[in-house]
Formats: sequence, structure tokens, C-alpha cells
Amino acid sequence: MTPAKHVRGVEDLGKDGILEILELSNHFLEVSNRRIPKVPALRGKTVANLFFDDSTRTRLSFEKAAKRLSADVMNFSVSSSSVKKGESLRDTVETISAMGVEAIVVRHKSVGVPWMLTQWTDASIINAGDGAHEHPTQSLADCYTITQQLGSIAGKRIIIVGDIKHSRVARSNVKAFSALGASVALVAPPTLLPSSIENWPVDIIPDLDVAIKEADVIYLLRMQLERQEESLVPSLREYTNLYGLTFDRSKQLQKTALVMHPGPMNRGVEISDNVPNLPNAVITNQVGNGVIVRMAVLYHILGSGIALAGLNSEDEDND
Amino acid sequence: MAVDEDGLTPHVRGVFVSRSEVMDADDVRRALWRMAHEILEHNQGVSDVALIGLQTGGVPLARKLAANLAEIEGSNIPVGYLDVAFYRDDIGLRPVSPREPTEIPFDLSAKTVVLVDDVLFTGRTIRAALDAVTDFGRPASVQLAVMVDRGHRELPIRPDFVGKNIPTRRDELVDVREDSVQIGEYKESDQ
Repeated sequence: MTPAKHVRGVEDLGKDGILEILELSNHFLEVSNRRIPKVPALRGKTVANLFFDDSTRTRLSFEKAAKRLSADVMNFSVSSSSVKKGESLRDTVETISAMGVEAIVVRHKSVGVPWMLTQWTDASIINAGDGAHEHPTQSLADCYTITQQLGSIAGKRIIIVGDIKHSRVARSNVKAFSALGASVALVAPPTLLPSSIENWPVDIIPDLDVAIKEADVIYLLRMQLERQEESLVPSLREYTNLYGLTFDRSKQLQKTALVMHPGPMNRGVEISDNVPNLPNAVITNQVGNGVIVRMAVLYHILGSGIALAGLNSEDEDND
Repeated sequence: MAVDEDGLTPHVRGVFVSRSEVMDADDVRRALWRMAHEILEHNQGVSDVALIGLQTGGVPLARKLAANLAEIEGSNIPVGYLDVAFYRDDIGLRPVSPREPTEIPFDLSAKTVVLVDDVLFTGRTIRAALDAVTDFGRPASVQLAVMVDRGHRELPIRPDFVGKNIPTRRDELVDVREDSVQIGEYKESDQ
């Protein structure tokens, strides 16, 4: 397949693209376990991290991924930039682009920013989260984690629990999981479901105690505490009682069922303090795999030959 | 590199058409037997020797050489597999993706590493392999075994152990299999 130019949403990759990234990730997992976990694959390429919104793990893991591929990394965060002096998004991107970058990793609180950026720069755009819309690389890390643990995603029952409405992770994961053949169920109070839910390829199960029994994967979303003012749930305690994965509730899980969470966790709210330590909780695997799939994404976009893919090179070598 | 569909030239749309067979199954078998003896003679035994087959064409040859060495010397020698895609110098110029795993399950520091590939052509794959090997450790020395040396080197690289020297045109292709070596070319296919 032709490599994707951008990874703004899961749809830029499609099923084949996702599978290609997961396959490439196996190679980068091996690289990451080497004595020197670094390859010269993207020497001379520059990746700019543009984070207009808070992030720890995503920004660090993109940075680490780029460095393990020997790319140059430019980090940009709003707090120390000319955005504070009133520079517009467009001017910021055009400035960075003029310095010569091959890829821009962008996080922004507004939906659609990664798509807008492609009008202003020739660089490849990778979405590191746009509002409540998409977070495709998190989703790839999750797909890779499930594939590693369960062998495949096809045919698995995956339940996503919590604040679906405000979750870009849920949106990307619903697309990716169903593209790979999983059956996805959402478990949430009606106030935390998006209004457009009828068109999603999912079941809706209001009762976690029902859904949990059939789950091959339970995927917990962060209860966004800053949204408490919107009074979408009566109280956090009630939320925990109905939708939290408490230790008692975790006993209803099938023995092989995976417990996942994109982080950061609110321990004691959506997940009990001791649940992340259960043997089937793969939350730290998700973080580690984040670096690996981001290596695969960067390599897929910058290294697998799209720049001159149309040209037929003269010096074919077959050695 | 064999002209395998999964090889490192995936954008070539065409099929390999053989023009002549230059080695048959017996020739390949004898060459691998002789090369095993040469490796032994050159290194005065196999105590510190390890083989690394380059993905994908060098892997079956490395396995066969290791089996031959084990038969002659009665001791098993470590065999690893290496895909050099991430070390190539044409990344970004054409589609370059690893196809098979890299697996070097032993410490190659202080070992004599024999790289094994099917065809030696421009030497660029071997250049990439040398860089990769260095990332895994510091071998005492690195040697090169190839089934076919077809000339047209672009880098100062030479093999230590050769199955057969075959003069070729630059646009020809050499296809090495376990039971034959053929010369031919790509013909455009309708795809």
C-alpha cells in the first residue's frame, strides 16, 4: 500500500494502514530491546512537536520515538512561545515550516486543527489530540497492546467505559477497534454519551455489571474532573459506584480480560487504587507501546518512501 | 537479495523471468559444503564464530551453513537473523520496509561474525549490515559469505567466502534459491 502522508485521524490509515503500523511496530519493539535502542532510519529529518495543550506522556513519547529513529526534534510549547505575544496558529505553523520540518506533531484543544494545518504547510501532520475529536496514535498503541496480549482484535468484545462524550481516545478507538473487526460496546450514563451516537458502530449498554461479564477488554476512560461543573454526573461517588472499576467489580471480569486506561488515571474514581496492579491490567504496557507505535507512525510517514514513491529509480539494486 | 515479492524492491512491478540456470541443486549444495570448510579453515575452528543471515535471502543459507559446520565440527554455532532496512542509505528514496524479524539471540562482542547473504551486488546492503552489527556489540572481526558475487560494487566491500562469481549486466537479476541459482530479468506485468 502507499504510505499515508498524514495521520490526522484513524481514517487516514484505514484498516490496511493500521495493520501495517502494527506490523512495523513489531520491528520497532525489537529495536527498543537492543543494547543501543536506536536506528539511523530518519537521520536528517526534522520532527516538530507543537503542543498547544497540556500533555506529558504523548509529547515525551513522540520525542523519544523521533530520537530513537535519529530524527532531529524541535519542541514547541505555548507557554514559552510567540503565541503568548499574539502570534496566530497559521503564522506559528508557517514559521516552523519555513525552518524546514518534515513532520509536525500537533495537539490543540480545538477540533480539526490537524486538518487546517495541512493547508499551510507541506509537512506531514500527525494528530496528538484535537479537542474531543481524535487521538489516533493513542489508539494505535491500544490496538498494538491488545494484539500483543490477545493475539488479535478481530472478534473480541471491547467495552469502553466512562466519559465518551468528551473523549478523543474513545472516538479514535471506536473507529480503530471496529475497523479491525472487534465488537465495541459503550458503557456510560446518557449525559456522557455524545448526541451523534446512533451512527457509531457500537452497542450501548447502560449497566456496567452486565457489560463487564462479556468483555475481552475493559477500556476505562478518565473522568475529566474539570468537567464536574457541568454537572453531568450527580457526584463522583455515585459515578464510581455505577461506572468505576472497583476491586469487587473486577472479580466479575473473565480471567483473560484486559484492563486498559489511556492515562492519566484518577485512582479512586474510574479505577480503584489496587486495580492497576492486577495481572491483566496492561496500563503500563500501553505507555511503553506508545513509544513503539509512534516510531512506526513516524517511519511509515517519513521513511517508507513516499517522498519519491512515484519516481522509478534508475539504480535498482537487488542485493 | 533474492527477487522475492517480499524483498526490498517491492515497488518493482513485474515478475522475474529466468533466462538461464547457472547453478543447480547439487552445485548449491557443494558450494555450501565448500564454504563451510573455508570458514573453518580461515578461522581455525568455530569456537568463536557466529553466523548472521541477512533477511530474507541470506537466512536459509546461514541455516544451511550452520548445519554443515555442525556436521563437520560436531558443535553448534550461534545463528542470528538481521533485517537491515532501518540502516539503508536509500530510506525516503524508495519504499524501504523491514519484512522479517531481526533476531540476534547472543552477544556478538568478541565473536567472529560471518554475515551471510545470497547475492553481493552494489555492497550497500552489507554497508548497512555492518552499521547494524556494530549496534549489537563489538565483534572481534566481521567476515562475509555470499552465494553469488555478481560484481558492480559501489562501495569498497569484498566477500571472504563465495559460492560462485557470476558476471552480470547491471539490469539483470540473480535469483538464489536453495535448489538453484538463475539469471534473468524483470518483465513488466499487467498488474
